[in-house]
Amino acid sequence: MYSFDKSRLDLAREFKANPFGEHRPDLQYLLNLMRRPDPKRAHYVLMPRQWGESWTLAVMEPGGVSPPRPTNLVFTDAGEAEWHVFKLRWAELAGEELPFD
Amino acid sequence: MTRIMGYCDRWSARPGDTVNFMVSCIGAESYEVEIVRLKQPEAGPLATPFQPERVASDVNGRYAGREQALPIGSLAVVPGHPCLEQLEAATLVAYVMPTTPLKCRQALFGNWCEASRTGFGLELDEQGCLVLRLGAGPGTEVTLASGEPMRAWRWYRVAATFDSLSGCMAIWQEPVPRHGFDLDRPIHRSTESGCPKCRSSNALTFAAWQSGRATGPSAWGGLQFGQHFNGRIDRPRIVEGALDHAGIAELMGENGLAAIEDELVAAWDFALDISGEAITDTGPNRLHGTIVNLPTRAVHGHNWTGCINDWTKAPEQYGAIHFHDDDIVDACWATDFSFEVSSALRSGVYAAKLTAGDFVYWVPFFVSPPRGEARSKVAFIASTATYTVYLNNTGRFLSSATEVYQGRVTVMDEIDSLLFEFPAMGLSTYDRHSDGTGVAYASRSRPVHNFRPTGRHWNFNLDLCIIDWLEHLGGDYDVITEDQLHEEGMSLLAPYNVVITGSHPEYDSLGMLDAFQAYLRRGGRLMYMGGNGFYWRIAHHPTRDGVIEVRRAEGGVRAWDALPGEYHHSFTGEYGGLWRRNSRAPQKLVGVGFISQGFDKCSYYRRTEAADDPRAAWMFEGVEDELIGDFGILQGGAAGLEIDAIDARLGTPPHALVVARSENHSNTYEVVAEEVLIPHGATDAIINPEIHADITFFETPNGGAVWSTGSIAFAGSLGWNGFDNNVARLTTNVLRRFADDEPLPWPGLPKTGE
Ligand SMILES: [Fe+2]
Repeated sequence: MYSFDKSRLDLAREFKANPFGEHRPDLQYLLNLMRRPDPKRAHYVLMPRQWGESWTLAVMEPGGVSPPRPTNLVFTDAGEAEWHVFKLRWAELAGEELPFD
Repeated sequence: MTRIMGYCDRWSARPGDTVNFMVSCIGAESYEVEIVRLKQPEAGPLATPFQPERVASDVNGRYAGREQALPIGSLAVVPGHPCLEQLEAATLVAYVMPTTPLKCRQALFGNWCEASRTGFGLELDEQGCLVLRLGAGPGTEVTLASGEPMRAWRWYRVAATFDSLSGCMAIWQEPVPRHGFDLDRPIHRSTESGCPKCRSSNALTFAAWQSGRATGPSAWGGLQFGQHFNGRIDRPRIVEGALDHAGIAELMGENGLAAIEDELVAAWDFALDISGEAITDTGPNRLHGTIVNLPTRAVHGHNWTGCINDWTKAPEQYGAIHFHDDDIVDACWATDFSFEVSSALRSGVYAAKLTAGDFVYWVPFFVSPPRGEARSKVAFIASTATYTVYLNNTGRFLSSATEVYQGRVTVMDEIDSLLFEFPAMGLSTYDRHSDGTGVAYASRSRPVHNFRPTGRHWNFNLDLCIIDWLEHLGGDYDVITEDQLHEEGMSLLAPYNVVITGSHPEYDSLGMLDAFQAYLRRGGRLMYMGGNGFYWRIAHHPTRDGVIEVRRAEGGVRAWDALPGEYHHSFTGEYGGLWRRNSRAPQKLVGVGFISQGFDKCSYYRRTEAADDPRAAWMFEGVEDELIGDFGILQGGAAGLEIDAIDARLGTPPHALVVARSENHSNTYEVVAEEVLIPHGATDAIINPEIHADITFFETPNGGAVWSTGSIAFAGSLGWNGFDNNVARLTTNVLRRFADDEPLPWPGLPKTGE
């Protein structure tokens, strides 16, 4: 059974280098774990400020009862936004932040 | 908060037609209207700048804003009638199946009015217990409750009697026996503590209670409704006088209507008129009525045996209607302005741009040439059927499930957010109702979040990239629609040398497929410019424009699955689901069919040897590259999102040439569900060689031909680098050849052994 291993910093580095496209199996398992749907958990969305140019990270509360709540984080690169969400989820699973940015 | 939203009453317009616009404006005293022609989508810095072209019209200008509410929730209604008004003692009986018994108070049926506190009604209380409610005005109300909750998805025979002379009331809540081992038991309660004479001229309703005059839009009769019921009602009947238990059993038995003939007030048979909106009373008073907001019909009733799966063969087993508190077929808004399509307006894609404060909302529509006339040899056919079934695709924002299969964080803008600010906009056929059942009906007569030239590049907004390319080539094209194709058949296509589809023409009626096929057999040419096309069967509502049904039967990549025994469309009786399960696989029409989807990164095509075949070499004139479409505004490639491949077994013509094939797709590209009979894990593009998009060409008899791109993302590469790229060149070569009067030579039968 796959389980999270916070010593696998190689997977974080692989994701950072290449957030979209082909991933090695262990990274794909990790992404599936991080993105797994949970009806009780909030999830992230990106709200475009300028289409294709900049996005605000926002939080959707579970249950679809309210519109997304924007954070103050703005990204001008979709890959950087993905990396930020990855880091947030890593910290949640590991109980500590990734040792690199 | 300032918001504006609206809809129009026709998507397909021709010179002389009037398009009426309905608008709701919140938080602003006025709003601005501008009719525009759309020549491209808003697609960011790498695409043609978004420049809607203002159309001179006296409709343009400033309007007073008003909010219009959304009367959501389905019901059925029978106008008030003296024979209901005079009932001093009566028996109400029906079979019911609640699907969310714990939701809140929910109406079953009766003429109860929440506002005047008058009438009689059977309902569920907050605990899901059956309740009889009677009233002759405020302060006179009495109720009798079963005190035992009903269970979700369980059929019950519910009955109630009252007699205002004797003051007796009684109710029965009896589970209908079925397979399985349920613990619940029949409940009977009665009282002699008196009940009022509940005489009232109220309408009789099913699955909702009226609550007086509506202040805004009303779904029926100027009334507003609440206490909507989620679940099914089957064979509701009303008898004059209070029957005992044996009498109730007799009434609902095989010859019940004859046995109780003298006292019968009404006996509705929902198995009649399943395709339409009437409900029919088979009793002596003919208390016919109508359904409101399109609850789901052609669903099984309490007596479905499982032996028959087609409602047209045994309608008596499909005598139920499934009501939902989130059904909406028509917002019934008042018209705010009307645009008359003049004969000077050229065919194209148009929209009313509505602006209130900083908030901009678009209401697109299509203008075609007069019927039977073509102004060009080229027609773009807007995928109006597919746009419709996607309207208000809410579920994709509800959890990270979307992120799992898309491989990206979901993007959501402020118009998408309207779905959560105004949930009464209703759902799409990609969603489930609040009780978990799939949404089978789609409608346009309401505000929507995903039919506009901005936001996610999908369907309409991506198809504008094809319009952008046609504009770049000089703008010599007509716009026609799938609505017109369904109505008018091949005659719509016949005047054109070439018909160009959108990026994702996924949904077709039988009439639409027949029209394409007949056109191609007579020398027509089709450019299928997308992926996952011609996939699902749909049915059109018999009378309502723009109302489409989808039954997601058996296989396919799908957001929900129709319940067993409910695979046949209510509108037509036709078996629903994938066209490949209905002998019309897309490979037969366009050579390719859906093989995979993924949404994190798009890829490219590699030219094949067949590209040098003299039958196809002309399309590569000026295209020297080995890789086609290794660029684009959609995740960097022309091959992706949803992709199609050839499959001889499913009907790809033997002479079809695959001139380019995609490769190097990512992990999120999984092979479609209908190809995986035994789950084995080796299904993603990393390991599965079956996953590729095929640019495919074949000739049809009489000088016609088909050219398919097999990829939704393809349209996003056309405009790359100012249209100076191999995707645009290849596609333009095909368009020029297909638009030419010169027949494409029929290659004859392939030689044996080839
Ligand atoms: Fe689709």
